[in-house]
Amino acid sequence: MAATLPASQSLKAHRMDRTDPAGPPPRRATLPWADAVFALAAKGAAILTLALLAGIIVSLVIGAAPAIQEYGLSFLWRSEWDPVQNQYGGLVMIYGTLMTSAIALIIAVPVSFGIAIFLTELSPGWLKRPLGTAIELLAAVPSIVYGMWGLLVFGPILATYVQQPLQAAFTGVPVLGALVSGPPVGIGILSAGIILAIMVIPFIASVMRDVFETTPAMLKESAYGLGSTTWEVVWRVVLPYTKTGVVGAIMLGLGRALGETMAVTFVIGNFNQLNSLSMFEAANSITSALANEFAEASEGLHQASLIYLGLILFLITFVVLALSKLLLSQLQKNEGKRS
Amino acid sequence: MSLAALDPSRLAHHRSRKRTNQIALTLALAAMSFGVFWLVWILFETIVLGIGGISLSLFTQMTPPPQADTGGLANAIFGSMLMVCLATALGTPIGILAGIYLAEYGQRGWLGSVTRFINDILLSAPSIVIGLFIYAVVVARFKSFSGWAGVLALALIVIPVVIRTTENMLALIPNALREAAYALGAPKWKVILSITLKAARAGVLTGILLALARISGETAPLLFTALSNQFWNADLGEPMASLPVTIFKFAMSPYENWQKLAWAGVFLITLGVLALNIIARVLFRQKT
Repeated sequence: MAATLPASQSLKAHRMDRTDPAGPPPRRATLPWADAVFALAAKGAAILTLALLAGIIVSLVIGAAPAIQEYGLSFLWRSEWDPVQNQYGGLVMIYGTLMTSAIALIIAVPVSFGIAIFLTELSPGWLKRPLGTAIELLAAVPSIVYGMWGLLVFGPILATYVQQPLQAAFTGVPVLGALVSGPPVGIGILSAGIILAIMVIPFIASVMRDVFETTPAMLKESAYGLGSTTWEVVWRVVLPYTKTGVVGAIMLGLGRALGETMAVTFVIGNFNQLNSLSMFEAANSITSALANEFAEASEGLHQASLIYLGLILFLITFVVLALSKLLLSQLQKNEGKRS
Repeated sequence: MSLAALDPSRLAHHRSRKRTNQIALTLALAAMSFGVFWLVWILFETIVLGIGGISLSLFTQMTPPPQADTGGLANAIFGSMLMVCLATALGTPIGILAGIYLAEYGQRGWLGSVTRFINDILLSAPSIVIGLFIYAVVVARFKSFSGWAGVLALALIVIPVVIRTTENMLALIPNALREAAYALGAPKWKVILSITLKAARAGVLTGILLALARISGETAPLLFTALSNQFWNADLGEPMASLPVTIFKFAMSPYENWQKLAWAGVFLITLGVLALNIIARVLFRQKT
């Protein structure tokens, strides 16, 4: 009892101290409004990002207004593009953009799938990281490098070793002959598509690899335990498990391909007419029309039509990228549910 | 049992499965080599064709007229560096703040999820459309192409990259660290600035470097904002030369001296961008 007395007394004294009528000890200089200001600034920055998107859409619509009034939706299927007569239609560019992206995906998807399989299932451990890094570095190389390389190195090679033999083989054959006609300079939809494919392979491959890696090891090991081959594990276990993510990865690549400017501008040839089926004939895409004509376009209908093309491109990529994002986040949600 | 296992149809099935597997894996290996092949080829050509153009005059002389004997890329290199640095300085704080909002304030609310979604789209949006936007908002209003317009266009590309990495890096910081700081009585802004952001600084810096690398090679958004300039220009109110736009102009031309300079420029850009990427990776790996 006696022993505890001083302790309780000192406790009391301590409490007295705390409720001292003079108030709590002076706080160190913290700013009472700093918290609110900081939160507001952070929120403001987030809202600015949203405003940016709204601003892009609004400014494009305003800029394109004269062309929208003049042509409405028929702009999409009008094929003449004639600054001299002041007649504009987007079909040639829209066709070029969609065609080059389609070729790019046809090449890039199987290759990226193979790379992702290699990196997740086949590669020895020590090789995984350097190879993965190499593929990611390929994604970082600026597109102007691909474009210039495509124009000055790859194009001539494509013309000499692919187009000319094909032309020789198909002369006189109705459809195939038309498909490979054109001067052998290595410019056109096919070379643009191939360069785009090389550009999007790293994007698709690295996302696919990440997606494949979300497959639980337990699932794969069970399949291996039942005697499956590596291919069967990938095809029947990994792919079904990750299919939304794989589609998301492809959509991401498509979004990149549609909006890519420099790689396409160098090799597509900038020719605003659509008068042959040929894969080797100069053509045009939305991005390269903008890159080549916009700075010199006269104000008025020409500029408005170019902005209209930009608006169409932005809306297409927006939808594609939004789908990609939704599919990829779907996979993450499922993963959360199952584990 | 052993007879059933040796049933010829089963054996054939087994063999065909093995064969499919072999073919598929060979194709995967081929795909991998295909990917690496392009990387090696493009880098090889860039080095071989670019290194011949590297000389002191590249950094000291202005862009030449066609078919001149001398000339360099000094004004373009300077313009690129100035615009890239200013754009990073302008875009980074906004990106970091918005990233902080996403990671620390808006994990659940509608504003957070909408911003995250929109930001991911802006991250891959066509950069030429950003150029159109700045043209409409800045260039058309002031009736002049200018370095500032280029800076703004590049800054708009920096923001989403920095937001994304900042948010991801802050999300990796364990909550115990935040709780410990709160328990010591620190207000939220102080917890964020001196605890979480500090702990995540290597990752955030990585994001800034990646953004820097990204805009160093961007051509499309500069084409009709900063335009180009033949002469030395340090006035951001005037059209300004940049390395990518100059390369574009020179590479598309038929003049041999311009093409040679374009290859030298491409070599410089590739080297710079890859170096930034590798530094970012090393930095990130050391700290995590």
